This record gives sequence, structure tokens and C-alpha cells, in this order.
Amino acid sequence: MKKNKVPKAQKVSYLRIAKELSKSIRQYKKPSILSIVFIALETLFECLIPFVMSMLINQLTEFDETGMADSATLLNTVLIYGGILLAMAICSFACGLLSGRVSAKASVGFATNLRQDLFYRISSFSFTNIDKFSVSSLVTRQTTDITYIQLCYMLLIRIAMRSPLMLIFSIVMAAIMAPSMAWIYAILIPILAVIFVYLIHKAVPIFNRVFDRYDELNESVEENVRGIRVVKTYTREEFEKKKFFKASDDMRDQFVVGERLLALTNPFLSFFMYVSMLFIIWFGSYQVLDVNSSIEVGQISALITYGAQILSSLMMLSMVFVMIAMSTACLRRVYEVLIEEPTIRNPENPVYEVKDGSIVFDHVNFKYRPDAEKFALADVDLTIKPGETIGIIGGTGSSKSTFVNLISRFYDVTEGRVLVGGVDVRDYDLQTLRHNVSMVLQKNVLFSGTIKENLRWGNKEATDEEIKEACHIAQADTFVESFPKKYDSPILQGGTNVSGGQKQRLCIARAILKKPKVLILDDSTSAVDTKTDAFIREGLKSSLPGTTKIIIAQRVSSVQDADKILVMDDGRIVNVGKHEELLLSSPIYKEIYDLQNRVGGEQK
Amino acid sequence: MSTKATAINKAPTLTEPTPKKKSPLLRILFDYIKMHRVAFIVSVICIFFAIVGNIAAPVILGSVTTELGNALKNGLENLPQSEIQRLQVMIQTNVFVLIGCYVVSIIGNFAYSQVTAVAGQEYMNDLRRHLFSHMEDLPVRYFDRNDKGDIMSVYINDVDTVRQLIIQSLNTIMICGLTFISVFVLMAISSIYLTLIVIVGGLAMVIATKHVGGHSSRNFIAQQTIIGKQEGFVEEMMIGLKVIKSFCHEEESKRDFDKINAALNEVGTKANSYANILMPILGNIGNILYVVVAVVGAVLNINGVFNPSPMATTVTIGIIVSFLPMVRQFTNTAAEIANQVNSIAMAIGGTARVCAMLDEPKEVDDGYVTLIRAKYDEKGNIVECPEEESTIWAWKHPHSATHDVTYTLLQGDIRMFDVDFAYNPDKIVLHHISLYAKPGQKVAFVGATGAGKTTITNLINRFYDIADGKVRYDGININKICKKDLRRSLGMVLQDTNLFSGTIMDNIRYGKLDATDEECKAAARLANADSFIERLPKGYDTYITNDGGNLSQGQRQLLSIARAAVNNAPVLILDEATSSIDTRTEKIVTEGMDNLMKGRTVFVIAHRLSTIQNSDVIMVLDHGSIIERGTHEELIAKKGTYYQLYTGAFELE
Repeated sequence: MKKNKVPKAQKVSYLRIAKELSKSIRQYKKPSILSIVFIALETLFECLIPFVMSMLINQLTEFDETGMADSATLLNTVLIYGGILLAMAICSFACGLLSGRVSAKASVGFATNLRQDLFYRISSFSFTNIDKFSVSSLVTRQTTDITYIQLCYMLLIRIAMRSPLMLIFSIVMAAIMAPSMAWIYAILIPILAVIFVYLIHKAVPIFNRVFDRYDELNESVEENVRGIRVVKTYTREEFEKKKFFKASDDMRDQFVVGERLLALTNPFLSFFMYVSMLFIIWFGSYQVLDVNSSIEVGQISALITYGAQILSSLMMLSMVFVMIAMSTACLRRVYEVLIEEPTIRNPENPVYEVKDGSIVFDHVNFKYRPDAEKFALADVDLTIKPGETIGIIGGTGSSKSTFVNLISRFYDVTEGRVLVGGVDVRDYDLQTLRHNVSMVLQKNVLFSGTIKENLRWGNKEATDEEIKEACHIAQADTFVESFPKKYDSPILQGGTNVSGGQKQRLCIARAILKKPKVLILDDSTSAVDTKTDAFIREGLKSSLPGTTKIIIAQRVSSVQDADKILVMDDGRIVNVGKHEELLLSSPIYKEIYDLQNRVGGEQK
Repeated sequence: MSTKATAINKAPTLTEPTPKKKSPLLRILFDYIKMHRVAFIVSVICIFFAIVGNIAAPVILGSVTTELGNALKNGLENLPQSEIQRLQVMIQTNVFVLIGCYVVSIIGNFAYSQVTAVAGQEYMNDLRRHLFSHMEDLPVRYFDRNDKGDIMSVYINDVDTVRQLIIQSLNTIMICGLTFISVFVLMAISSIYLTLIVIVGGLAMVIATKHVGGHSSRNFIAQQTIIGKQEGFVEEMMIGLKVIKSFCHEEESKRDFDKINAALNEVGTKANSYANILMPILGNIGNILYVVVAVVGAVLNINGVFNPSPMATTVTIGIIVSFLPMVRQFTNTAAEIANQVNSIAMAIGGTARVCAMLDEPKEVDDGYVTLIRAKYDEKGNIVECPEEESTIWAWKHPHSATHDVTYTLLQGDIRMFDVDFAYNPDKIVLHHISLYAKPGQKVAFVGATGAGKTTITNLINRFYDIADGKVRYDGININKICKKDLRRSLGMVLQDTNLFSGTIMDNIRYGKLDATDEECKAAARLANADSFIERLPKGYDTYITNDGGNLSQGQRQLLSIARAAVNNAPVLILDEATSSIDTRTEKIVTEGMDNLMKGRTVFVIAHRLSTIQNSDVIMVLDHGSIIERGTHEELIAKKGTYYQLYTGAFELE
């Protein structure tokens, strides 16, 4: 299945993305707001402290100049100011602690919700939706991307609040303290802001490119790790090294350009800081000596402190913008999944019972995408009686899997209808339908857990006896019981500790446990030997007589005793019949049969 | 194409065994410093200049305000005009000094940030190159033993921690360290008593950092573990998504997910809370310190306590005014350093894994028999000759005892004598394997998973070395053959096709780098691959990514056959595809393989018995021993294991 990119998402505005993602904040709205409040208070105190400080110094200077105060008054003044300052520091401290906690709670909680929403959304996807995304991209979205978003959210509610507040407070304070000097910031701030915006504007696209390169480079490493035997066989170590070196050098070149741009922010910041300091010291000192001016010594040092705060807030703010700008790709990727509407949903008044295992294809046409030129399945008209065994055979791309996927409504037909038990599959409750139409997929998957846990996927309440019985039908009981822990033996992730044939048989047992009305085996015995394969078919026939069985296979021997065999080619059913009939009537069937039944010596 | 390693022009010296066990973090740091000596020294000097401004400002500010304060003792009105003029000149002089300091500082700032941006990236590049080229030289054993994800994580995560360390933390620590020290010295000069208070505050900060930072990094590590777990879970669920749907298992998987998610939430909240509160704690210890210094300073000032300082004999207001910004700077700097704790903790872990990979011993190649182009001279002897004249390949075998050189024709004759082998010393997987394959013969291995089929081929190309016994290639002990030349003489088609990102043409040419387009196309034709390639919209220029994810299994297989065909080695190892290729495609693949096998010595690992019936000999393996051997007919007649496999009584996989 080709991945079709969702081009409309590329153009979506930040606002739409932010709006969609912010739905996941939910119960963490309160901590988010509290965090902002506490940060605001903390910032307020941080700005007031130097103000009070300078008042103290001014008082001291005054005492010093006039020499009027006795030591008791002096001490009193110092202690009062000191007490105020201490109280403020404690308040700021408390706000800092609280904001640290609530902002962690808010951002981690937001990420938790987002992860959950994403997982739930993906769980609601139909096969059509699933086909749009690759497994690895879905994993990345739920892990790395969200971790990054969490970081950005934390920055947003902390620094993105703190810095502008600090900026405003500091400017106001500076203006109150020394309006005759504070105007210097009105000139410096806009200039610095423009410079930062320009640098970021230049650097962000470079970094986005670099990160793409980074991914490519890592992919090539992965190819080498995976394909090391090929590399060594063809002694291509030096070749691969050269290839890697070139890619790595390229990446460095880009990286250096970006890093150098960002490295410019620092000297620029210092430059503006120094300019403002020089101005204040020079101009301020002169004003101190001017009779007509009210500027005092203490104000100079306070003003310098505010200046530093103003400029470093700007710097922090710009760094937050860089982070958020770089996270655009993550935000988009998550957004894409969240807005993906499941194409298959439960009907309004669903049918909760499947009468029997009869299947009718009524003039069915099917395309995977509305804009596809050709039908993947065309003109299928077919009736299957309950309890029949149907074999399906055909080459790769002949749409055998597509055909059976329509029965359990993994995809909806484009034209016509599919009936199971006499009812259109679109009218059933999905869970009811899929419980009664049990399918063993071509890509078998066992999950980590014990064998028993895996089998109980078919039926949560299955007794040990039923499990044994199902395994017996699927010819899995013998090998399972040869394991030391039998049905409690662990299956590793991906089922890597059982062989291909064993995995297939366990998957069949899992499907049988559902006691379905229709059982579909999509090429599910390819790794099982012919004899066991025959036993399985035998078991299905005798133990599940009422169940309609549909078997897709590569091997003619797997389908030759079916009640009906469908020969498929290029999305159509070209022949229907019994084994003997098809040998005469179907050239495709005959060819496959002949290829598989070459007698030993005749082959060459 | 030279076979000698010359591509690494600037290799870091990391792999040299260090006499003392240096910590990996320091090893990487010293390596960086050593490799970018000039840049490092320049940046240290520039950083020194850069902080001049930071330090000069409070000093000059202090001296200006002190002087102003003294002058204004008796009120501005009483100040004579000449005194005001003197003060104005004093201010001017100081401002000019300050401008000088600032210019130096900005130049330093600009220079060091540019220099480290470049040097840091250079080093990252060196490190990546070094890691990759070292990895390429590691034996196959390393890749079999280590999880692919773990190896990838070194490149993706661990190298990034080094980036953080070198590009950010190192600078921050140097700047802060220098600032810290100079501010400290200035404070001590201004007032010893006040400095003592600052020291107490500093100690409080260290304790807070240790406590809070420790909690934070412990939780971050725990978070990392849970993230790994969640990643595994999500991956499993995403792979099995269709199965989940077909079993209506969505609710259960959601529940399991929620459980892990809740655990992650808890640990994540803790880790981030601790990380978040570190700054407010340190910042406010700083604020409190500020207050205490002010109060104590004022008290000292009022009481006129003697101040042992070259600047003033008492704690003047000027001293307090200049001291207070220094306190702020001191605490800010200390906080900044504390902020690096997390990234250093990460770097310790990251550099340890980077160094662990670099410390893996390389694949040893002590073979001295090489493969050369040769021809027959008039007398029928094999002589070495340039490539364009050569007609044959030959083994060049120098004998150290006699200083003779003998030449042996490359034919593809392989014999094993009583070979034992174990991946782990305690578990022997091959017992007494003896076999021979004459040039042009086809030898097939049959047996269950784990019977040792692949292991035997691993010994022929020396991905692994035998424990006991002997393997001879054209009569030469393969241990004497240079590994590169040995492998050059062997072609391989594996189950996992392992294509590389690049065009289809690039992938075929992988077998022989100097092959012309025509040669590649001929190989594709031989492998039966050209018909599907020609049908692709871009033909041979079709770009492949993700191990040929956009091609079918059969098509990938055909490409890997074409790749082996262009390689044109006299000996072939074939591991057949097992996955469900449909019968017609299988026929095309089999024909491609048959074409490739003509005239070569072939070892086939069989998964379908239909393809090996024409073998010269079939070996049936069980638990590492050959239990049956013979031609197809002989083995059928014998009615043993092979017969049972053939009639479908046993499973092959």
C-alpha cells in the first residue's frame, strides 16, 4: 500500500494545530493556569527585590550624606528593609516551588493525555486509516514527538510567561525609577528584537534541514547494522565508510552554518547590554552631579540590574521561539493523526446477532482510494452457504486478501454490498461482526505474554479445556505441551521464540477460540508442513462443521478438497469450481498445480 | 579499489588503550581538546576576554559610586565647581576604560562562540565518522550479539549527549567557572566578612543542588526506563494493529496502555518537578543571600567595623553598592553551573556507551594469502599481471620460511575436515562436520531451524572462526587467506535481502563497484530481474529506501541475485527466501538463482525442497551434525529423515 501523504495538513495554520492539540489539556487546565499565576507572582517578586534594595541603599546614602541619624534609627531602617526583602524572597521562593510543581504536573499531564488521545484515536482507525501511516511513524508520533511537545509546553507555560512578564515588569520599574534614563531601552529593545527575529528566521529552516539529514544519516547506519553480512561479503566496508563520511561531512557543513548563526545571538546580546550599561553609568553619574536631577547613586545599580533582566528575558524568549519553531514538524505529525477520521464506524441501530455463516457478495466493486484509477476488486458476485469450505488461490496482487477483508468489514465496499448471515455487514455492530467472522491475517502477530494469554484474545472466558481443544484442532497442542511451562510459556515480543509454523498454528487456535460463524485463513499455513496442514483442515471440518471456512493459500494441496475453489487474477474471480473441474477449465489453476507438482527427477 | 584502510584521514586516538582507566566522559573531553587543540586554546583565551566585561562593570561601577558617595557626603550644594569638574573627568575616564573592556569582551564573545560552534561540529563529525568506521570493522559476532536498537541508540541518543556536552555544557562551565572565580576574588578583595557570608550561601546552594538534582536525575533515569517500555508496547501494538482490530481487542490494549501511561505520568511529574524547583531554590537562596549581605553590610557600615581591603578601611556604601551586584552574579553563575548537572549526568551515560563501542575489538585479519589477477605464461605457469591482461584469478601464497611465492588457481574447491564450532564456548553447535565441494558442485543443507545450516556458511566466509578442525579453500587453509580476499571470492544471497538506499542500479552495482551500466543490466537479465525493473516508471533509476519497502519480497530477492551475479564470484552461498512468495514469482526467482549457479560452487540453505533436488549432494543436518548425505534419489531411496521431510511429515521451519 502506498502511503498517501495528507497534503492539506501541510498548509494548516499553527492556530488550528494548537487548537486541536489543546483539547488534550483537559483536567490540567487548572495546573496550567496556576502555573502561570505563580510564575507571574514569582517574577513580580524578583523584580521588586532590586527595587526595594535600591531604596535601602538610597536611605543609607542619605544617612551617610547628612550624618543625621543615630545608630538606633539606622539599624531600625536596615532591619525594616531587610525584613521586607526577606519576606519577599520567601514569597518568591514559595511561588517558585509551587510553580515548579504545578507546571510539571500540567505539562507532563498534558503529554499523558495527548499520548492517550493518540493511542485511542489510532485504536479507532479502520484498515484504510492504518494503511495511510507506517508503523514506525506511528510509534515516533506517540513517543519522541510527544516528549518534545511536552518540553515545549513546559517552556510555554514557564519561560514564555516568565520572560515577557519580566520584560514588562523590568521596563515599568526602570521607567518608574529613572524615567530620564529608561528611554534608552525603548530604543535598544526593538533593535535587538528585530535582530533576534532575523537570526531565528534564518536559522530555523537550516536546522530543520539538518534534522532531516540527521534522520537520513541514521537510516544509513541502520542499513549497515542490518546488512552487515552483505557489507562484509562484498567487502564494502571502505565503500560504506566513504559514503557515510560524505553524508556526515555534508551534515556538519549545514550544522556549522546554523550553529554559527545562533552563536551570533550571544555577542549581540552582550553588545546591547554593554551599551545600556555604559549609557547608565555615564549619563547617570552626570545626573547625580546635576542639582536639577533627582537621580541618586542607588538608582544606578538598580537600573543596571533591570537592564540585564530586560535583555536576558529577550534572549530567553527568542530561545523559546526557536524551540517551538523547531517543534512544528512534531506538532504537525501528531495533529495529522488526531484529525484523521475513522472511516468505519458503528451504524446507528446496529444488529447484534449473526444468524449463520452464509456470505453473499452482491455486485461488489472496491477501490482502496476514491481517486484510484482501477478497482482493486471488480464485479464480484458470489454466494457461499453456511458450513461450506471455500479455497482461494491466485498470484500476488490478485486481491485475495482484499476479498476476505470485505467480509469482516475491515474495508467498506465501494459499490454493491456484502451480506453475512443475510444482513449487510455495514448494519452489524462491528464487535458482533468481527466476533463471528474470525480471521487469521496474513501477517500473523503474537503479542508478548504467555501462550494462554495470547490465545485468550479469541475468548476472554475460555477455559483451559477449550484452549486445549482449540490447540488440538490447530495442531498446536503437541509442541505447546512439549514446552516446560506448557500453556504458560512466554511468547517474546514479535513471537520470535517460536518458529514460523508454530506461530501460524497458534494464530489459528486463537481464531478458533472465538467459535466463529465464519473462519478465514489468509495464507495462514504457509510455513506448516503439508501433513500438518492436512490435519488442520481435517480438524476444522470435523470440529467446526457449521462454520463457513475460507482458506487462502499458495499451495494447491491446501485448497484442493474445498467445496468451491475461487481462482483470482488481477482483482477478479476468474474461475470457480472444484479441484477436478478447475484442472480442466482454468489455465491459471492448472499452471500453479503443475508447477507445484513437478516430480523430483523431471525438474531439470 | 584499494583494500587498505586509507579513508580515515584524521582518526581520533580514542581507541588507543589507556594505561589508567579514564572515565569515558574525560576521555571524550580530552580527545576533543587534543584534536581541536588550537580551537580549544583560542576559545579559552577568548572566553577569558569575554568575561572581562562582566567583571569590569561592577568594579568600575563600584569605584565610581564610592567616589561619588564620598564627594557627596556634604551635599551636592556644598560641592565646589572644581570638584564637580574633577568628578566628571573621573567618570569620563572610567567610562572610557569600561568601553575598552567592553570592546575586548564583545570581540572575545564573538570569537569564542564562533570558534566553538565550528570546532564542536567538527568534533561531532569526527566522532560520528570514527564510530561508524570502527563499527564497520567490527566482527559479525558483535552485530549478532547486540540488539540493533541498542547500536542505533548510540548514534541517535548517545552521540547527542556528547553534542550537548561539547557545544553547550563545556562552554557554560568554562565561562561560569572563570566568572565564578574572578567574582569571588573581587568579592574577597572588597570585603572579607561579606565574602564569608557568600561562602555560606554557596555551600547551601551546593547542598540543595545535590539533594534536588539527585532526586531529579534518579527520576529522569526511571522515566527513561518507562519510556523504553512504552515504546516497546506501542511498537508491538502498532505492528499488531490489524490483529487487534480483527479480535476487537481495542479496549484491552487501551487499558494496558493507560497503565503504562499512568506510570510514566507519575515518574515524569516527579522528575520534572524536581528539575523545575532547582532554579527557584537556588535563585532564592541567592536572593536571601543578597538581603543578608545588605543587612550585614549596613550594620558593618554603621558600626564602622574595620575592613581588611585595599579599597577602603571600612565597609563604605560604595563597597556595598559594588558588592551587591557581585553577589547576584555569583549566585546566578552558581545556578547556571548547577543547571548543567542534568546534561552532564546524561553525558556520563552517553559517553560510556560511545566508548564501549569504540573499545570493541576490531575484526582481526592476519591472513597473508591474497587474491590477485593473473594469467598463464608460455610455459603454463601462473604469473601475476595487470588487470587488463589477466584471464584468471589466483591465490598468491608467500612462504615465510623459504621466501618463495606460490600461485594457486582460484577454482572454488572447499573442504571441511572434522569441524567443531561453538558461538559460546560452553555450547557446541556443530559437531565433526566434514564435507567437500568440488568446483562447480552444488551442495544443499537441509534441516530444522537451529540445526546449524547457516552456521556452516558462517564458517566458510569466516564471519566466525572454527573451534576445531580445518577448512581448506583450493587446498589452502582459510585461516591463512586474507579475509577481504576470501570474501571477495564468495558471493552471497541471503534471506534478508538488505538493500541499501540508492537507485536500483546502485544496488546491483554493489556487487562490483566498477561495473558498467551494461554489466549491471546483463546481471539483472541473468537474475530474471530486468523485466520488473523495466516496468517501473523510472526503471533502473528507481530510488529505493527502507530496505526496498516499496518492492515486493520477490522483487527484492531478484535484486539481491542480480547483485551477486555482477559480483561474479566462483563460490556462492544461497539462503533461500521463506516467506510466502506466490508460486509464479517463486518460479522466476528460482530460475534466476539457477542461472546464477551455473559453473559455480554453490552452498544452498534450503527451505523448500523443490529447489534442491538437482544438487550434487544434500546434507541433512540435525542438532549440528550431518545425519544423512547423498543425492536426492539416494536419500529418497533411503527412506530416512530426508524422505520424511520430502513427503511433508516434518516441518522445515
